[in-house]
Amino acid sequence: MSTAQPARPLRHRPREQRSRTASAALHTALVAASLVSVFPIAFIVFVSLRGRDGWQEPTRLVGFDVSNYSHILGETKFLTWFGNSVIVALGATVLGVLIAATAGYAVSRMRFPGHRPLMWTFLVVQMFPMAVLIVPLYNILGELELLDSYTGLIVTYCSISVPFCAWMLKGYFDTVPVEIDEAGRVDGLTPFGTFWRLIVPLARPGLAVTGFYSFITAWGEVAFATQFMSSEEHYTLAVGLQTFVGQQKAEWGLMTAAAVLITIPAALVFFVAQRHLVAGLTAGGTKG
Amino acid sequence: MATVVTTVRRSFGTHWYAWAMVLPVVIVLAVLVGYPLGKGVYLSFTDANEANVARTIGVNHIEATYKSVGLDNYWKVLSGQEGHFYSRLGWTVVWTASCVFLHYTLGLGLALLLNRPMRFRALYRVLLILPWAVPAFVATFSWRLMFNEKYGVLNAFLTKLGMDPVDWLGDATLQKVSAVAVNVWLGVPFMMVAILGGLQSIPRELHEAAEMDGATPWQRFRHVTLPGLKSVSGTVILLGVIWTFNMFQVIYLLIGQGASSESEILVTYAYRLAFQGVRDYAGSATYGILILSLLLVFAVFYRRMLTRQEAVR
Repeated sequence: MSTAQPARPLRHRPREQRSRTASAALHTALVAASLVSVFPIAFIVFVSLRGRDGWQEPTRLVGFDVSNYSHILGETKFLTWFGNSVIVALGATVLGVLIAATAGYAVSRMRFPGHRPLMWTFLVVQMFPMAVLIVPLYNILGELELLDSYTGLIVTYCSISVPFCAWMLKGYFDTVPVEIDEAGRVDGLTPFGTFWRLIVPLARPGLAVTGFYSFITAWGEVAFATQFMSSEEHYTLAVGLQTFVGQQKAEWGLMTAAAVLITIPAALVFFVAQRHLVAGLTAGGTKG
Repeated sequence: MATVVTTVRRSFGTHWYAWAMVLPVVIVLAVLVGYPLGKGVYLSFTDANEANVARTIGVNHIEATYKSVGLDNYWKVLSGQEGHFYSRLGWTVVWTASCVFLHYTLGLGLALLLNRPMRFRALYRVLLILPWAVPAFVATFSWRLMFNEKYGVLNAFLTKLGMDPVDWLGDATLQKVSAVAVNVWLGVPFMMVAILGGLQSIPRELHEAAEMDGATPWQRFRHVTLPGLKSVSGTVILLGVIWTFNMFQVIYLLIGQGASSESEILVTYAYRLAFQGVRDYAGSATYGILILSLLLVFAVFYRRMLTRQEAVR
């Protein structure tokens, strides 16, 4: 791990040379912040490798084994839940991005009656606490017999991600020059043709980002999944993880191993997307 | 009359493409948000609960027997008879304000530190973003283990330093402090990265010009950096407030799903009303509508304030 590196002149010289103390202070602050940010993650990885009861001695440094991992992979429904999470998150992503993209394009390029109310709706729906929707949605899905089914949960997650994706994609489409649309129109493409043939390929990074966003949101959702998925076969990871540390027994060793396995795919997706994610989030916002 | 028809027809002729393209979203929003919202409003005027809603048991369908009670639910909540609305609202506001304040200031501070040439910059950036890559429910459970009174690593450190262990998640005040700490840990990276993006979009010449004119670092920060960040800050603070006000997972999973506690915010309380004990659908819907109204009022005022400041189109 890096430690504070004062004194030595930097390879790329800054405009003004920093004093030794300023440099030491800068690095000390950043090292301290990095420790706070990394420690909890490192600690969970550490505990997960300490066997079933290793969590009871958090400061003992010897004795590593992978029994927690073999146990959750072999003797719990972890892999089933993992599969469920993948199905639900991917389903919500594909459906959500498809719907959001056309709307985002229309809002970005066309001025039509209903344009402003729609933009407002996108913003307002962000504010919907799930507490308003969860009971009616629960009843509706119950009537449609979609409780405890993938479809029900996928459709529910669309209601969360679609307005936000449309909002973000609108910001992204705004950065694609209008001349491209005009060129397409001159060549005789319909508005939809322009969108599909010219803009979608250009906006692929933006679509990827919204896709990542929907995926990560669905992957980490707790409230709906907890109520809607009632049979253990259909749990997502967010629900399954709760069973390790329930009221009666607390299997923290298993919990930590599961935590590590859940985080790895999410973190991979995240690190591919993060740079664009922020640009997309704030672009959508500032141009609302 | 004829002119109206012509206007509509002409408008349809020009705009039908736009309408066709937004139609799927409108349908999704109408079916999944509009209809449930309408139903939620309706439920909040009734006495619906688990026992009297329509349901199917086996092959028998039982009709709903709940009835309208007018504004009764709202009266019960707003007069403080039910659910300690005002103290819960107070804590929710404190929770939101302290989280967003810490998110923003820490994010801004770290972004300023990172936004200068130095060794290991890329490494620091990755390490500092790490918490954002962890799903919130995983992070919350991990922190719950670290806060554990008997076996938690935080208390292990305290004991080693010769202090008494602390019951982080037992005591009401400490519960609140712990929840804020977890949420701050989770939320700072987003703010930091967003502000870093904002900092990099401020033209370098502005800073150089200010420096030439003899502005101190503090003056440059006040008069160049902060104004340059205005639009990014406006957005991330609005999003931050909305997300934190409705932050369900941290409170629900950290503090547990058991008995009512002071540390519950409005959203988790509404959830518990709906799904624990005798499921009080009407009460939960009432809370939901109140939360939504509060956020709407906030957003309208907030946007008006921003618009006044810099006349966004």
